[in-house]
Amino acid sequence: MPESPIEPQDASERDVTSERDAAPDARATVGVPPDPPEGASVPHPTPGRTPLLEVDDVTLRFGGVVALDKVNFTLYEGEILGLIGPNGAGKTTCFNAMTGVYTPTSGEIRFKGQKLSGRKRYKITKMGIARTFQNIRLFPEMTALENVMVGADAHHKTSVPSALLRLPRYWQEERSGRERSRELLDFVGVRRHDEAARNLSYGEQRRLEIARALATQPTLLCLDEPAAGFNPTEKDSLLQLIRDIRDTGVTVLLIEHDMRLVMGVTDRIVVLEFGKKIAEGSPAQVREDPKVIAAYLGVPADAA
Amino acid sequence: MTEIRARWRALRQAVGSRWDRQPKATKIGLLLVFVIFLYALPNRGFYEYLGLPLGEYIPLYTTRSDMATVLFQCGYFILLALGLNIVVGYAGMLDLGFFGFFAVGAYTIATLTSPRSKVFTEYNWLESPWPWIVALPLAVSLSLLAGVLLGWPVLRLRGDYLAIVTLGFAEMIRIVAQNNDWIFNGDRGIAEIAHPPGKNPDGTPIFLLDAKPYYWLVLTVIIAMVFLIRNLARSRVGRAWVAIREDEDAAELMGVPTYRFRLWAFAMGAGIGGLSGALWAGQIGFVNASTFRLEQSILVLAAVLLGGAGNIGGAILGGFLVIYVPEWLRSVGEVFGLPETVRIAGEPYDVSATNLRYLFFGIVLIVVMIFRPQGLWPNRRRAAELKDREKEAMVGA
Amino acid sequence: MNFNELINGFPVLTVTGLTQGAIYALVALGYTLVYGVLRLINFAHSDVFMIGTFGAIWTWSAFGFDANSARPGVAQALLLILAAMLVAACLSGVFAMLVEVSAYRPLRARNAPPLAFLITAIGASFVLSEGMGAFTNRRQFGVPAMLPTDPIIKIGSWTVTPLQLATIAVAIVMLVALDFFVQRTRFGRGIRAVAQDANTAALMGVNKNRVILLVFLLGGLMAGVAAVLSDMKAASTRFNVGFLIGLKAFAAAVLGGIGNLRGAALGGVLLGLVENYASAVFGTNFRDFVGFTVLILLLMFRPTGLLGESLGRARA
Repeated sequence: MPESPIEPQDASERDVTSERDAAPDARATVGVPPDPPEGASVPHPTPGRTPLLEVDDVTLRFGGVVALDKVNFTLYEGEILGLIGPNGAGKTTCFNAMTGVYTPTSGEIRFKGQKLSGRKRYKITKMGIARTFQNIRLFPEMTALENVMVGADAHHKTSVPSALLRLPRYWQEERSGRERSRELLDFVGVRRHDEAARNLSYGEQRRLEIARALATQPTLLCLDEPAAGFNPTEKDSLLQLIRDIRDTGVTVLLIEHDMRLVMGVTDRIVVLEFGKKIAEGSPAQVREDPKVIAAYLGVPADAA
Repeated sequence: MTEIRARWRALRQAVGSRWDRQPKATKIGLLLVFVIFLYALPNRGFYEYLGLPLGEYIPLYTTRSDMATVLFQCGYFILLALGLNIVVGYAGMLDLGFFGFFAVGAYTIATLTSPRSKVFTEYNWLESPWPWIVALPLAVSLSLLAGVLLGWPVLRLRGDYLAIVTLGFAEMIRIVAQNNDWIFNGDRGIAEIAHPPGKNPDGTPIFLLDAKPYYWLVLTVIIAMVFLIRNLARSRVGRAWVAIREDEDAAELMGVPTYRFRLWAFAMGAGIGGLSGALWAGQIGFVNASTFRLEQSILVLAAVLLGGAGNIGGAILGGFLVIYVPEWLRSVGEVFGLPETVRIAGEPYDVSATNLRYLFFGIVLIVVMIFRPQGLWPNRRRAAELKDREKEAMVGA
Repeated sequence: MNFNELINGFPVLTVTGLTQGAIYALVALGYTLVYGVLRLINFAHSDVFMIGTFGAIWTWSAFGFDANSARPGVAQALLLILAAMLVAACLSGVFAMLVEVSAYRPLRARNAPPLAFLITAIGASFVLSEGMGAFTNRRQFGVPAMLPTDPIIKIGSWTVTPLQLATIAVAIVMLVALDFFVQRTRFGRGIRAVAQDANTAALMGVNKNRVILLVFLLGGLMAGVAAVLSDMKAASTRFNVGFLIGLKAFAAAVLGGIGNLRGAALGGVLLGLVENYASAVFGTNFRDFVGFTVLILLLMFRPTGLLGESLGRARA
């Protein structure tokens, strides 16, 4: 796991949004590839072609509404996949289906070859899928550290007897959980570990959510509009963070509206419209695809 | 008014930070002194030693009922509050039938240790009555099991439905106990329950009629419980409970097995309730179907909420106040010559504080929920949660 | 399990069941109305009912009738019953509104979490029942006999006493009236609007708090009328009589679909019938069990009940 590239510049902490970008030279020495020129798609080393998450002909109905209509795509290990589409396209529904919140009406979703449907949600997390939320859902009164520790607890075996009697396992897991949580908080760039989550700045809260999700040791990290409300500097910072996460071996799935971010960080993109997949491919391909352009911008009147 | 509140808050914070700064040895020392003080409470001589008496009247010492008995009642009630605090305060579930677990503990002890119990006299399942101390673990285990059995189908329900179902279950058990002559013996109950064991140096049993040894026993149990519960709260289990309370869905998606931990909370609360019942049965020697009354469940709830849900200190404070204050009022009344029954139109009305207790604490429940929902001794987190909700209302969210 | 008793006593059981069911239905309306608008289980409703029972007794006692009096003539009896219903309905209605204003409204103003409402509901229930208990010294009070007991309708082995007839008739009238009120009047529209979407209703000019007050009043009125009928059926009352009837009426409301007026009526009738039949088969000790079991099973497996939640929709 790459180290946080900079040391805190001053003891009192203000807005940490561009903290991670403060020392680009440090980053270069750690071996992270430099930022691409604006808007260009990044030539990445080819991710492995092992399928990690397979969305197999999934249809999802809510009463009479067809939210997803025979959606079909595969997410490969080590890649950063973007899921885009105009509002109401079914991105969040697809997202929720992929993280086990919804069960498909027909079709199947497989993670590491195993069916997701019918599993308890916390078990899905333990299988290795973690997520963040579109409208931040932290535990507001718990500190940043405690929030992340809840994530770290996902794989802990301490239960009531060990905790009651303070058995060795309790001490062990508590210590390792705390250490890991601090590391993760530093990794994402949240420095006020002991501040209540609701007191953190917006940017810190978004990054805290990512840290919490990472604490569950996921194989797949699903980010739901992680850059919503960010200014361009913050978005660049986030872009780098996502790459750093992928470099630690975590596959990333991303829903985002900001095209620059999507084009800049993803390896492949899946485009949804009205619950159907209308395009799939590299950012360059998708950008040129007439169906995608029509979905976002509409068809010219005379081309009907 | 706000002046006074600001000063009070400043004082609390000053004391709190002073306490935090003390070295560990000092803290332990002070706590020890406090504990010794607690053990000395039932002794009348202690108050005289402190120079408290004003002639015949000793402030804080109850006279209408025996002080040691009152303290024992506070004790088992505090245990109940501690147990319900785990369910309501930590895990955020409203159990209206909590007192049923108390009854399970009490009845288990009764049926196993009383020579009059039908287990021995009629059915001969067992040879002879068990000693109290042997029946105790079984009583606690059965209560724990009852908690699991009740919680398992019911814990998936929403808050208000959960409350009603627990209420219904408790009533059903009461009806069974009342109408059933099988073991429970309805209203006639089971008498001659065994007392806890132990002999004085001079050969007489320690636990007989005097309430003091019972008080000391329950006090010891409370201290042990506080220690254990604190361990639990400051572990991943406690964290999970807070997470469940703050955002259950998010917690589950972060890998918290919410159902399992809620069931644990329910079961532990039940076990502690049963323990309290077992101790009570050992003192009072007799149980019958009226042991199961609904009002007691509500009283325990009032204790937890009044003291401060989610906070061990709050539960203790609430449990203490609910039992002690009415008794204390009666003693004060005695000093001032207030009657306990009044005659209105020839009918005697029992207006003693203990009879009006339920009415009074019903009002307390409403008032506390409106004006101070975090209780008298709030859990800092809870207080912050509630303040935020109030602010949202003012902004018009 | 005694099925003979069920078969032999079927007519009697059915009529008694319908009568008891009518009472449950009236009380269930109060629960369902409040739940439909506030999503709150008004625990105190059962004690509002209890207060109605005392209101009836006090009315009759004011006219000189107590448990030992001779029965009045039929005309006089009808007038007395009417008077008692008026008094009980008003008393229950007033107390229902008092509970709303003192226990629930302050919490809404503070945006309290749902648990807090449940707790004040219980507190209010306690205050009412324990208050009445202290006031009446926890005694049981007998109810004067009002109506003649000889059956007024006799068809084969089916008999209906005047009281049973009156109960069912009154219940039907009140249900129809309430239904009309909610469907056809301006106030009823307000109720349905607030039940569906309180904020939008407020934006459309509906006074939310006033509608809520109205809902409590209506529930209280229904409970008061039911209280008079229940008094006459049970022939006695005491400070804690509300608890059992309240729990069963709530079960009836859930059975029919909480928030659904017609559902409450249906649920009440069904529960009354099932209770009676079950007590014939399993023994009278288990009568109360039925209500609880139905409630618990419903909440666990089909909380939407038979007709589903729908106070807001036009076709209740």
